[in-house]
Amino acid sequence: MTSLAYTLTDSATMLRRQIRHIQRYPSLTGMLIGLPVILMLLFVYVFGETLGAGLPGGGGDRGAYINYLVPGILLFSVTGAAQGTAISIAMDTTEGIVDRFRTMAISRASLLTGHVLGSLVQTMLCIAVVLAISLAIGFRPTATPIEWLAAAGVLTAIAFALIWLSVALGLVSDSVETASNLPMFLTILPFLGSAFVPTDTMPTGLRWFADHQPFTPVTETLRGLLLGSGIGSSALIALAWCAVISLLSYLWAKHSFHKRAAR
Amino acid sequence: MAVTTATRPAISVSGLRKTFGDKVVLDGIDLMVTEGTVFSLLGPNGAGKTTMVRILSTLVPADAGSIRVAGHDLAREPDGVRAAIGVTGQFSAVDNLLTGEENLRLMADLHHLGRTEGRRRIAQLTDRFDLGELARKPASVYSGGMRRRLDLAMTLVGDPRLIFLDEPTTGLDPRSRHTMWQIIRGLVAEGVTVFLTTQYLDEADQLADRIAVLDHGRIVVEGTPDELKRRIPGGHILLRFTDVTALRTAARVLAVAQRDDDALTLQIPSDGDVRSLRTLLDRLDDAHVEVDHLSIHTPDLDDVFFAFTGTPASTAAQNAVTGGDR
Repeated sequence: MTSLAYTLTDSATMLRRQIRHIQRYPSLTGMLIGLPVILMLLFVYVFGETLGAGLPGGGGDRGAYINYLVPGILLFSVTGAAQGTAISIAMDTTEGIVDRFRTMAISRASLLTGHVLGSLVQTMLCIAVVLAISLAIGFRPTATPIEWLAAAGVLTAIAFALIWLSVALGLVSDSVETASNLPMFLTILPFLGSAFVPTDTMPTGLRWFADHQPFTPVTETLRGLLLGSGIGSSALIALAWCAVISLLSYLWAKHSFHKRAAR
Repeated sequence: MAVTTATRPAISVSGLRKTFGDKVVLDGIDLMVTEGTVFSLLGPNGAGKTTMVRILSTLVPADAGSIRVAGHDLAREPDGVRAAIGVTGQFSAVDNLLTGEENLRLMADLHHLGRTEGRRRIAQLTDRFDLGELARKPASVYSGGMRRRLDLAMTLVGDPRLIFLDEPTTGLDPRSRHTMWQIIRGLVAEGVTVFLTTQYLDEADQLADRIAVLDHGRIVVEGTPDELKRRIPGGHILLRFTDVTALRTAARVLAVAQRDDDALTLQIPSDGDVRSLRTLLDRLDDAHVEVDHLSIHTPDLDDVFFAFTGTPASTAAQNAVTGGDR
């Protein structure tokens, strides 16, 4: 076999390992699904009526707010799942198993590739469950099949970017606890954007941040695809953010992985 | 020791140096390990044993020195080295969320063994390491000895010709320790070269063809177990008597100088073999001397260190279980 073939085989082996981990550690996936679902129920049933009334155009109700909220909740699910990646990377590196892999003649990239692909599968699983529940409680998207596909693509792109970022965060953590805390800022970011309420009502400084941080264009793109609101330049900006975060995080992760080896 | 046709070096190291920050961990190491033999690196925690293993197994680069492992230059062909070696580190390297069988399967897949060959190998190792009953349980429920066995079995899936065992019995109960020794002897019988680190003299003595004593990053002495033990004065038989008369008679009969009149004890150099012990007791019987108490002291790591460095092994060696040297 060629070295590329080995890389693919080894990555597939590592992916199988990650899938097993997801099966054996269902409480992690449960937590990753539970948090966005609880948040969604809270926002819809506790704040929903009031927040709906404050939406642009006025006179909205709980139903209008569900539609506004769900794209943001899907994004929030991605940030939570990324946290799971950091935890599972740190679980690996703080135990001896990674050193074992390193002393074997296997593709160096395969371990990280396996983690990233495994997390991607886990994230998409979480999103599917959260989406199903949102449909059950009254989310009414207007997307065509093509738009659904595009929305799935955007979610995959942002998940891919945040998972690589979490891989790097997991690698620089000395313990599983640190790894679980470091990506926490990611779960806050959707709140400081257009995921839960429009940015118009925020104070100037915060509003500027909210309009320019990466989560807002992603949220707006998803909202546009699923509900037909205007997308404008959001899609392009969102994909550019995803590409930049993916690339930088990949380089950071690769560097940390090699540096960690030399200790 | 398995007899191989040629005595090629499995490992040759010269002028190896490694520092972490301003701490010199390995300071000019030269050593040679012949194929098909067991080489033991003996030393207390913090001596640099684990660093040595980490360098030789391609985990950490050396700062200086030329190193060849399994016929490959370590710096230029690390993948060639990796393909030939197996490593069982000091800290268990098993996947806790996978079962024993899945752990072995993972190794078989990473060695690209193929379905049939992989299955055959896994069955063979499960049987040999007595992992059968727990093979379908996750590794997290395994006992310490069981984990080490699984760990070593995983190392052997790829059929390495050279294996590194970093303190393979530290923290194990005596029974698991003996099982591990038997497994290592079995490997050697198959012609595998073993590089073993340990802080127990008896372990090195039991298993190794050659022993090198590592202290503060330098090899202070190297030789066969017998050569080393001959130079260690620590092994002795201690006899205690009920009164001074008996003590004096015994001292005269045995012609021993090491006499303690207050404690009523005599110290006779011995490596603890039965024949010399019997002779000793016969001579005392012939002289009608009554011995109150007898104890045998075998040399330990402290004796080795005292003999070759003039200072005892660092006290860290006493806390073997919690220790982790780098």
